[in-house]
Amino acid sequence: MTKRTTRRRWWITAALAGLAVLMIFPLYWMAVSAFTPGGQAQSRDLRLWPTDPTMENFREVFTSQPVWSWLGNSLFISTVGTAISVMVSLGAGYALAKFQFRGRGLIYAAFLVTIMMPIQVTLVPSFLIVARIGLVDTPWAVILPTLFDVVGIFIARQFMLGVPDPLLEAARLDGASERQTFTKVVLPTCGPLIGVLVILGFMTRWNDFLWPLVVLQGNENLTVPVGLSTLTNNPAFTSPWGAVMAVACVAVLPLLAVFLVFQRQFVQGIANTGIK
Amino acid sequence: MSRPSDGRRRAALAPWLFVSPAVLLFLGFSLIPIIIAVTLSFQDTAAVGDGDWVGLENFTTMADDGLLHTALRNTLVFTVGTVPTAMIAGLGLAVALNRPLPGRPVLRAAFFVPMVAAGVVVGVVMAWIFHGDYGVANNLLEALGLGRAPWLTSPTLSMLTLIAVVVWTRIGFCMIIYLGALQSIPQDLHEAATVDGASAWRRFRSITWPLLGPTTSILVILNVVFSLQAFDIIYVMTGGGPGFSTTVLIQYIFRSAFADARMGYAAALGLLLVALLLVFTLLRQRASRRAEELT
Repeated sequence: MTKRTTRRRWWITAALAGLAVLMIFPLYWMAVSAFTPGGQAQSRDLRLWPTDPTMENFREVFTSQPVWSWLGNSLFISTVGTAISVMVSLGAGYALAKFQFRGRGLIYAAFLVTIMMPIQVTLVPSFLIVARIGLVDTPWAVILPTLFDVVGIFIARQFMLGVPDPLLEAARLDGASERQTFTKVVLPTCGPLIGVLVILGFMTRWNDFLWPLVVLQGNENLTVPVGLSTLTNNPAFTSPWGAVMAVACVAVLPLLAVFLVFQRQFVQGIANTGIK
Repeated sequence: MSRPSDGRRRAALAPWLFVSPAVLLFLGFSLIPIIIAVTLSFQDTAAVGDGDWVGLENFTTMADDGLLHTALRNTLVFTVGTVPTAMIAGLGLAVALNRPLPGRPVLRAAFFVPMVAAGVVVGVVMAWIFHGDYGVANNLLEALGLGRAPWLTSPTLSMLTLIAVVVWTRIGFCMIIYLGALQSIPQDLHEAATVDGASAWRRFRSITWPLLGPTTSILVILNVVFSLQAFDIIYVMTGGGPGFSTTVLIQYIFRSAFADARMGYAAALGLLLVALLLVFTLLRQRASRRAEELT
């Protein structure tokens, strides 16, 4: 490699590193503000790192707001919703990929059309349905309408198309029931698929905002993002920003941890949603 | 003799058992809501069942609803501002990172991390960074002697700030998708062109860009859909203001339904959004088909 291209590579790296700092800065600033005493955050001076780090913001917001309830609600909605939704998607993906049956084309086409109709579009009727069942202000109001996950079904179907047919036939010849074929033969080959579906499903639910905002009302019943959004103009705080950043940290931390550990599955999952 | 036919019947039933949960959920929470949305859109109502049929009134109201026109114009500005910017930046990063560089995995992770954060988190953090009085952006500008900018309080600047923030969240996504596509382009094409003396720009124009065509199409559609649905960040950062300068269609639907209690009108607006998405997808498909015919 010539000297010129080596130098150019270092220039590119330096430029990219500068950009990367810009990309990371908001998250860094969130952490800095969360650990900075409230008064110092309300300053017109430029300070780029905390001078007297403190847990005061966390203490204040955790005692004055039901942050633990928010975390519990988010965790319940995200895990239960993801678990059910992934099972539904796996079953549907399997049926659509590995069986010939009347109505298959129609079902698949009907499912795909809903990609164009996100919950925002059916916001009003979905709310009215949930209200009619009497679920408003409960976690199930958030969970139920988001269980049908067309992207998940699509990814599952694509993956299951690659499961070899002879494998299924062998299992059936050995006398396995349809259920056994699915749980004992097909699912064990689906590890990566399940990983992607779980990560994507959990992230979407943990971060979801508009729908929980519509169906949850009591302060105790909110999810973390909805609770967080109520803090910026909460009269309980004289200077809300330290408290807001503390809750923002708490909201981001679980996903950031999952992302750093499962980076490859994460990226693959996101890339998969793009391939649809 | 009964066993094989028994087994066959069971096999015919099996796919239905596997697909039925999805079908039931689809009926209950997709199809029925859509049907209700259509019926609601012909009613003047605050709840199901107690509305008066008003025919097309909700749709004719749209024609001279000034706020709706503002919301549509904002949606257009927001979409046109975010989609190409995020895609070009993502493509640039993907091309830059698609070669051996020191620290590449770290860089890639850094560009991707903003995607992980919830829209609301991004919204509050950015609202704090761009805070007029105490935000670090203005503190930095002042330290540099440039004065303070009304990032979120001026009608024109607030839209630009929102666009920049949303682009920030979207770059990593575009980069990942482009990076995947770039890695599937065979290396020898580039080598052959280099041997023939083609410059880097020429190679990009004649090899990389055309081969990225399908990826670009998908990304345009996805990004437009994302932008048309963007709610969290705008809701948290500006709440649609100042005035109505950053009120987009989704925001207006939310407002009509839950602040103004005009469920019928909100449902009709929801259908308008579906129509926009549909028209856009069809146009896009037609354009890419025409492009294929030309080449």
